[in-house]
Amino acid sequence: MVTEKSARTKKSPSGVDPKLLIKDAAKLLPQSSRRMFLRGAASLGALSMLTGCDIVDGPTSENVLRVISRFNDKVQALLFSDTTLAPEYPESAITRPFPFNAYYSEDEAPDIDGDNWQLEIGGLVGNKKPWTLAELNRLPEVSQITRHVCVEGWSAIGSWQGVRLSEFLKLIGADTSARYVWFQCAEGYSTTIDMPTALHPQTQLTLKFDHRTLPTAYGFPIKIRIPTKLGFKNPKYVTAMWVQNNDAGGYWENQGYNWFSGL
Amino acid sequence: MTLEATSNLPVTTGRAAKPLVHPRWVRITHWINALAVFMMIGSGWQVYDASPLFRAVYFPGPITLGGWLAGALLWHFAAMWLLAVNLIVYVTLGIATGRFRQKLFPIRPRDVWNDFTAALRGKLSHDDLAVYNAVQRLLYLGVIIAAIVIVLSGLSIWKPVQLKYLTDFFGGYDIARYVHFFAMSSIVAFLVIHITLALLVPKSLRAMIFGR
Repeated sequence: MVTEKSARTKKSPSGVDPKLLIKDAAKLLPQSSRRMFLRGAASLGALSMLTGCDIVDGPTSENVLRVISRFNDKVQALLFSDTTLAPEYPESAITRPFPFNAYYSEDEAPDIDGDNWQLEIGGLVGNKKPWTLAELNRLPEVSQITRHVCVEGWSAIGSWQGVRLSEFLKLIGADTSARYVWFQCAEGYSTTIDMPTALHPQTQLTLKFDHRTLPTAYGFPIKIRIPTKLGFKNPKYVTAMWVQNNDAGGYWENQGYNWFSGL
Repeated sequence: MTLEATSNLPVTTGRAAKPLVHPRWVRITHWINALAVFMMIGSGWQVYDASPLFRAVYFPGPITLGGWLAGALLWHFAAMWLLAVNLIVYVTLGIATGRFRQKLFPIRPRDVWNDFTAALRGKLSHDDLAVYNAVQRLLYLGVIIAAIVIVLSGLSIWKPVQLKYLTDFFGGYDIARYVHFFAMSSIVAFLVIHITLALLVPKSLRAMIFGR
């Protein structure tokens, strides 16, 4: 566990300037936990008055809400079934144009050179050899037309092609009894998913959108498509994948979004 | 449940022996529900603002709960347990004790019309709070149905894969969001009437606190 963690902190994803990454993280930190609830408190005068105390912006309510969110993770893990498939749709149902969505604008999306890009593999796997795009493109392809549901509420139907993630995990000799799979992305984004979801038949290491090379907007060179999870648990511009037993959290999860976020 | 039984007896002597209008379980579940609904609607409005269904409908920050989307979702998915458990207790006891049948039925259209026009003329009697007039019966039954719809449509938005048959029942994910919104709207409309009338007839508010 310890070696795994230290290995990750030493290594930074290919093509990412660690200094820039830290600068980005520092920009984001004040937004997390404390400020989030203080921001909320300003609009909660009514509840404070009603109860006559400071329950809504104190650390008590923050802790209670986080504990319940962890409880909801467990409930969702129980509700999750590896045989329940996300509904699939006909070609005609595809949302066009499929929306671009991120915490930055489309022109700020990472522009990755596919020829020099490599998918770094780490953690509890037998073969840690990095993968090139050409190598990934030679693996057997699966396809799905499924609904992408955003945590904001909107949804869009897209068509994705790529490698079944469970097949890929098998191929690299991953220890599938490990608890989590962690993904690091080129722009500093990250997310962690539970192993049962990683092994779900529709969870895909995506190389194409609508049978064409994944465009920059949708995550070139690879995206992880998980139709059983909210959109923000579907990382784009992935540069590294780690199989591990510790929960490394994620960009939005660390700011208060529910960790499991299953559909 | 013994309290429920005594409330039906025509007790007339003395102040202390005033008939019980609401048994304790009704009062407890009512106020827990009030708190849960307040949190669900406040946080739900904040969630709505992240991706509005109607251009003209937007809920300003001060009337919402959670501060931003993540905070609102934490509140929404915490308060849902309070709402759901309380609702299950309330509906189970409402059916088991016969209170629903006794208080809410029958609802005859003619009675509704008569009581509605009487209310508008200010001539509706509130002498016996234990007996609901036809308009009250219709509204209470309506809001119980809206509560069931909002919980089921909420579940189908939360779990459109694991509960996909429920989501299909509501016409799919996108339509379920509208159903959830309109169920909220009808509950808010009910609350406006309900709270206004409770304030106009203060003894009804007292009865929901002290039972008599």
